[in-house]
Parts: sequence; structure tokens; C-alpha cells
Amino acid sequence: MWSAGSAVILAAGRVADPVAARSQMGFSLAWHIILACFGVGLPGLVIFVEWRGQRTGDVAYRLLARRWAKVLGVLFAVGAVSGTILSIELGVLWSGLMSNYGQVIGLPFAIEGIAFFIEAIFLGIYLYGWDRLPPRVHLLTGLPIFAAGVASAFFVVCANAWMNTPTGFTISHGRISHVDPWSAMFNPATWPETVHMILAALMVTGFGVASVYAVAMLRGKRDRYHRLGLLVPLTGAAILTPVQIVVGDWAARMVASYQPTKLAAMEGLTRTTKGAPESLFGYFSNGRLHGAIRIPYGLSLLARLNPHATIEGLDAVPASDRPPLVTVVHLSFDLMVSIGFGLLALGAWLAWSWWRRREPPKTRWFLRAVAISGIAAVAAMELGWITTEVGRQPWIVYHVLRVADAVNPEPGIQYGFYAVMAIYAILTVTTIAVLRQFTRASPVPLAPQERDVQEYKIT
Amino acid sequence: MSLATTMAAVIWAGVTCYALFGGADFGAGFWDLLAGGARRGAAQRRLIEHSIGPVWEANHVWLIFVLVIMWTCFPKLFGAVSSTLWVPLTLAAFGVIVRGSAFAFRKTVTATWQRRVFGAAFAASSVITPFFLGAAAGAVAAGRVPPGVGAGRPVASWWSPVPVMTGILAVVVCAYLAAVYLTADARRGGDMTLVGQFRWRALAAGVAAGAVAAGGLLFLHQDAAALYHGLIHRGLPLVILSAVAGVVSLGLLYRRAFLTVRLSAALAVAAVLWAWAAAQYPRLLDPGLTIGQAAADRPVLLATLVSLGAGAVLLAPSLAWLYILFQRSASG
Ligand code: HDD
Ligand code: HEM
Ligand code: HEM
Repeated sequence: MWSAGSAVILAAGRVADPVAARSQMGFSLAWHIILACFGVGLPGLVIFVEWRGQRTGDVAYRLLARRWAKVLGVLFAVGAVSGTILSIELGVLWSGLMSNYGQVIGLPFAIEGIAFFIEAIFLGIYLYGWDRLPPRVHLLTGLPIFAAGVASAFFVVCANAWMNTPTGFTISHGRISHVDPWSAMFNPATWPETVHMILAALMVTGFGVASVYAVAMLRGKRDRYHRLGLLVPLTGAAILTPVQIVVGDWAARMVASYQPTKLAAMEGLTRTTKGAPESLFGYFSNGRLHGAIRIPYGLSLLARLNPHATIEGLDAVPASDRPPLVTVVHLSFDLMVSIGFGLLALGAWLAWSWWRRREPPKTRWFLRAVAISGIAAVAAMELGWITTEVGRQPWIVYHVLRVADAVNPEPGIQYGFYAVMAIYAILTVTTIAVLRQFTRASPVPLAPQERDVQEYKIT
Repeated sequence: MSLATTMAAVIWAGVTCYALFGGADFGAGFWDLLAGGARRGAAQRRLIEHSIGPVWEANHVWLIFVLVIMWTCFPKLFGAVSSTLWVPLTLAAFGVIVRGSAFAFRKTVTATWQRRVFGAAFAASSVITPFFLGAAAGAVAAGRVPPGVGAGRPVASWWSPVPVMTGILAVVVCAYLAAVYLTADARRGGDMTLVGQFRWRALAAGVAAGAVAAGGLLFLHQDAAALYHGLIHRGLPLVILSAVAGVVSLGLLYRRAFLTVRLSAALAVAAVLWAWAAAQYPRLLDPGLTIGQAAADRPVLLATLVSLGAGAVLLAPSLAWLYILFQRSASG
């Protein structure tokens, strides 16, 4: 039987290449997740503006709905195929993980399969049925896309949460038994991680779309169409930002309780400390954090709500069980949090101006800030994932299975990685070029008319 | 039927759906490749785009469905197959990504040269993907994937006569199904030239598929004796059913019964898949991994079955609506 134990022996006897496999997995995940965010968020945005368009008859809303739907069609296709690669990679690269624990984490993936079906089916109906279905029915066919998108994010992150706080099985003598798939799915990390990720996806979409219109407005296009294209997604994202910060704090408290070594890496905390300070930025070398700004008792207070609480440091576990890239984890975490507060400030600026003058800030600085907010939100999301994944090292399943024991031992895996890099480089360039081109090929008229809406083809 | 066998049957039903629906989408790409120059092939390409546009993403999900249910319910099978066959599976994955994105891009660009580049990428990857998926399946059928993580040989396992034949068979079958489906779509669109073109292609591909399948049996005899034995014993009724359905389909095509032939052609393909399953049952991998040994714990199988059952209640009407909506409307 191929238990965890024999996988170790097998991997030790062959030249396994975890570095190439990890780079390939990390790279293709980091790529997929950007499109997945739009797959979760964009349907919500499109049906919102379609609904406004139907209620008010406003040409600007109706044209926005069509143009965003067309973008959704392209992003969804690329997102779906880049996700398929991931499921094949889970087997091809992490056969040791899947052949032992596939049954433990499989259930959320299996249910996710249903959600994918619903998403793809209704996307086909929604995009291709735009001018065939009665408007009200058409709007309703958009709802399952959004619901299934949020659901699939939930299910896939359940699987990731399980890797962080594994539950729902027993190991004895290298054999896995008593598998309880529901308890594996609803592990301690599930709720904070899934909620945090779903909010991140909505924020990435909101700030991302708004930033496109901010750039256009900076270039002088100040008509109603562009103003709405900026304000609608920005308002949504700005409302979610404070919620996201609260949820992030919840996630951090979960990490403190269940993954103390990861928390130590996130904070660069070398030694177990009573009344630990919060350290901001700096870099980690020779077993110590250098150049950090320290806030006394901050960490104990944040993680345990008690200034004198003891926080486990990296030294609580043997060196072989510590994440090797502490600087990366620490800085990624701090940058994510900083971006979160930066986005909060942007939202507060908008809210203040709206409260005072019923309009967004007039200065070009506001548009510039919105223009970079999209990239900032993507960066926060990626940095969060780097924190989670690199902070879990050297474990693929926390305290259960090491990355080195999970990798496919077949020779030549690194060539797959090179090919993936090449293909994704081309794909990145073409996706951006295609999206830019079809905005240019049919530019938005200065004052869109009924005809411009009717004649804009989605498929 | 034990719970494990039930789940194996569910997976095989997923494989069948992927072959019948997703396979036809690949086949459409094959014909796109052969449609000729930009001007001459324009009508054919429009028909292909029009037919598969609304449905290919939903059809594609069958592949994901099969993968996730396999690793949930038969993790050891999944681990062994994907580690040993990492080369064809990785290449198939590349085919999937190129096919899907190139198809989406081609629809949105307007310049002829861009449509040509994306069209070529779409069409070539539509051939590559079924070939490598077929070859991977053939490697399993031929008993060349041993149980265990990375226990087989990364190239020799699939680069041998039976798997390569299976890969070719997959490409030809996809082309056949696509031509059969497209003929009726073309008739609904009212273009009789297109109808004639796809009718001839369907006939040719049907004959080719039959020939490759029959030739494959000869290779099986030498290269995969166990499977051959199973096919001429337990699988025999299904093999005969497939042959009969194949011949009937040719007749129906000839007599222009374009809707009925969809069913008989699909039946011919499905029967081959189930003949293989019957021939191999209950063995999954050689030596000595059976359905019972590879299966996950009972609570996992049960939870998966229950979830899929609940999901099917949502899924079946949605899928039906998708197909009916776009089959009913004339060109749009
Ligand atoms: C728009 C994106 C975004 C923003 C603004 C934030 N995060 Fe985040 N964060 C993510 C996007 C994200 C993420 C990409 O979605 C992660 C990766 C894994 C996960 O569940 O969420 C994540 C992970 C993550 C983790 C690790 C969870 C684990 O390893 O299990 C913690 C502790 C936080 N975040 C905490 C915060 C805090 C305190 C924030 C306050 C400003 C914050 N995040 C803002
Ligand atoms: C639910 C989703 C995810 C799952 C199931 C998952 C799973 C995995 C697995 C199996 C590995 C390889 C083993 C390991 O190195 O620990 C890995 C590594 C990695 N993943 Fe994730 N991942 C997910 C999301 C993401 C996302 C969205 C990113 C985006 C940045 C990401 C970034 C990485 C990186 C950078 C690595 C390499 C870590 C290292 O080698 O130090 N992951 N992930
Ligand atoms: C190991 C990690 C992951 C795997 C194996 C995976 C797998 C997949 C697969 C197979 C698809 C294609 C489905 C289709 O054809 O419709 C897909 C698409 C999608 N994935 Fe992932 N995924 C992973 C990570 C994530 C994460 C972290 C999210 C979180 C938001 C996510 C969200 C989505 C969404 C929303 C789609 C739908 C397509 C789209 O909207 O672009 N995935 N994923």
C-alpha cells in the first residue's frame, strides 16, 4: 500500500525535484487566481449594471453591461482553462499528496465540479442569450453565474484551508483511516480563509475595473459612461475594504492558534516571547529580524488580546520544520496589510467627498490613486497567498506531509516547468493585447446612443 | 453493485459524456484545421464557431468532473496514473489551455492575420489534446501503468503501439462526432453546400474510425492480451453493438437522416468505451489494483455520491436548457 511512509522511501530513492514542481505550481496558481478573481467578481458587477440599465433605461449603464459582459467572456474562458491545468498539475506534480490524501480533500473539489458546471452553463446562456431572452429572464440567468463563482471560490479554498489545518482522518502506521470528508472540509481555517478570499476576489474586481476607467478619465474622458464605470465598482470595493480588514484579523487569530510557526515567520519572531512586540518590515537573516519598527506588546495584543500573552517563536520547532524564507513571508504579510490600509484610506477619501459634496474628489490625484488601486489589490491578494503558502513550508499538509514527500519522483519534471513558463508568458501578452484591442476596435462614443447599445455584439 | 463500483460507473459516465460532448468540440477544431484558406473556409469556420461557442465551456467541465471524482474516490489510481503519465497529461493540459484561449481570442479579434494565428492555434491544439488524452487512456488499457507513485516509465508507458493507436482513434472519433453533429447544425442554418461538405466528412471519418478501431484490435491481440481477451468475452456484446451502430450510422448519413444519426453515432462511441470498461472490470491497473483496493473510505464515497446526486438535480435541467436554447434557434 502506498502510505505516507512508503512515499518517503520512494522519494528518497529517486531524484525528486520539488523546486521545479513548486515553482510550476506556485506560478500557475498565481496566474489562475487573478482570472479567478474576475470570474468571481465580474458577474456580480455585470448583473448590477444590467439591472440598473433595465430599471432606468440609462444608455450608459446598458452599454457598460454589454462591454463588461464581453470582457467576462474572454476572462472566463482563460480562467477556466488555466484552472483545468491546476487540477492536472495536482496529480502530475503532487502525486504523493493526491494518492494518499486525495480522498480526504476531494469532497470540496467534487462539489466544486458542480459549481463549475452551473457557472459554465449559465455563462453560455447569459452571453449568447443576450438578445434572445426577454430582458428580465436574461438578468435572472446571470445570478447563478455569480452564486456559483462565489461557491467555487469557497470550495477550492476549503481544500487549501485543509492543507493548513488538516482534520478529518487518522494516521496509524502510515495508513490513513477513519476519513471524515465533512470534517476535513470544515476545518478550523475554512471560514476565515474562504471569507477572506471571496472578499479579496470582489475587491480585486472592483478596484481593478475602476482603475481602467480612472486611466481613461485621466486621459480626458469625463462623460457619464466613464464616471459610472469608475464609481460603481469603486464604491462596491470601498465598502468591502473595512470588512476585509476585520476578516484578515480573524484569519490572523486563526493562524496564531493553529499554525504558530507560520505566525512566527509572518512576524519574524525568533524566540518564544511573553509580551511579544509587533515588528513592522525589516529583513530576516542569521536567525534574527533586522531593521524592524517595533511596537511593544503589539503582537501579543493583536494575536491574543492580552499584552502579556506568550507567543511561540520559530525556535519552538526544530530547524528542519521552520519555513526557510522568513523574510519573504514577513514582508509579504506586512505589505498585504499595508495595502489593505492604503485601500481603506482611498475608500475613506471617496466617502468623505461624497458626504461633503455629493461627488467624488475632483483632483487628478484621486484618479491617480484609483488607477493604481487595481494593481494594489491584485498585489495584496498575491502577497496574501505567498504568506499562506510559503509560510506553510516545509509542509504541504501542515505537520502531516512534507513537500519533498509529496512530489512526483519521475525524472524530467523541470521541463514541464520551463514549458509552463513559456506558454504563460505568451498567454499573458496575448490576453492583455486582445483585451486592449477590442476596446480600441470599437471605441466608446462620446455620448452613447440607443443604437450604440443595440449594435454592440457580445459574442 | 458495491459503492466503489457505483462510483467507478459514475466516473465512466463522465468519461462518456466528455467523449460525446467535449470530444465533438475537439473534432470541430479538427475540421477547422482542414477548412482551407481564409476565404474558402469562412463559412465552415463560422458554423463551427456558432455551434460550439455557447456550449464548449460546459462540455469541458466533464473533464474536470472526471479528474476530481477520480482523485476523491480512487486516489491511488489517480496518483499512479498522473505520476507515470505526466508527459502526455502535461501535453494534454497545454492543449487544453491553448485551445480554450485561442478560441475565445479568435472570436474577439478582427484583423485577418490575427484570426489566422489564433485559428491555427485553436485547430492544432484541438488535435493534440485528444491525441494525448487518448494515448494516456491507451497506456492504462494496455496495462502499462503499474500501481504506485511514479512506478512506471515516463515515456515507454505511452509511446508504444496500443497507446498511440488509441490516441489516433481518439482524434478520428472526435472528428467523426463533430462532423455528424455539424451536419445537422448546417441544415438548420439552411446552407446546403455546408451540409454536403460535412456529410461527406462524416462518412469518411466514420469509415476511418471503424478502420482504426478494427486495426487497433489486432495490436491489442499482441500488445495487451488481457484486454483483448476481455473484449472478445465479457465485452463482446458491446463491441458488436458498437459495430452495428457504426454501420447503421453510415447508412443514416447516406440517407440524410441527420438527427437520428446523432444518436446512433454517439451510441457507437459510447459502446466502445463501455466495452473497454467491461473487458477490464474489476481490474484498474496491472499488476493487481482493483476497484475495491483503490477505492477511498466508505464515508468519502458516500458523501461524494450524495453530493453529486444533489448536484444532478440542479444540473440536469440547466444542461437541458442550454442545449435546447441553442439548438432551437436558427442562425443568430
Ligand atoms: C485584496 C486582498 C487582501 C487584503 C487587502 C488583505 N488580504 Fe489577507 N490575504 C488575502 C488577501 C488580502 C488572500 C490572498 O486572499 C489570502 C491568502 C490565503 C487566504 O485565505 O487569503 C490572505 C491571507 C491572509 C492571512 C493568512 C491566512 C493563512 O495563512 O491561513 C492573514 C493572517 C491575513 N491575510 C491577514 C490580513 C490582514 C490583517 C489584512 C489587513 C489589512 C489583510 N489580510 C488584507
Ligand atoms: C485553493 C487554492 C490553493 C491550493 C489547493 C494550493 C496548493 C498548493 C500546493 C499543493 C503547493 C505545492 C506544495 C507546497 O509548496 O506547499 C502549493 C505551493 C505554492 N502555492 Fe499554493 N495553493 C492554492 C492557492 C495558491 C494561490 C492562489 C497562490 C498565488 C500566489 C499560491 C501560491 C503558491 C506558491 C508561491 C507555492 C510555492 C511555495 C514554496 O515553494 O515556497 N497558492 N500550493
Ligand atoms: C489548487 C487550486 C485550484 C484548482 C485545482 C482550480 C481548478 C479550477 C478549474 C478546473 C477550473 C475550470 C472550471 C471551468 O471550466 O469552469 C477553475 C476555474 C475557476 N477557479 Fe480555480 N482552481 C484553483 C484555485 C482557485 C482559487 C484559489 C480560486 C479562488 C477564487 C479559484 C476560483 C475559480 C473560479 C471562480 C473559476 C471559474 C472560471 C473563471 O471564473 O475564470 N480557483 N479552477
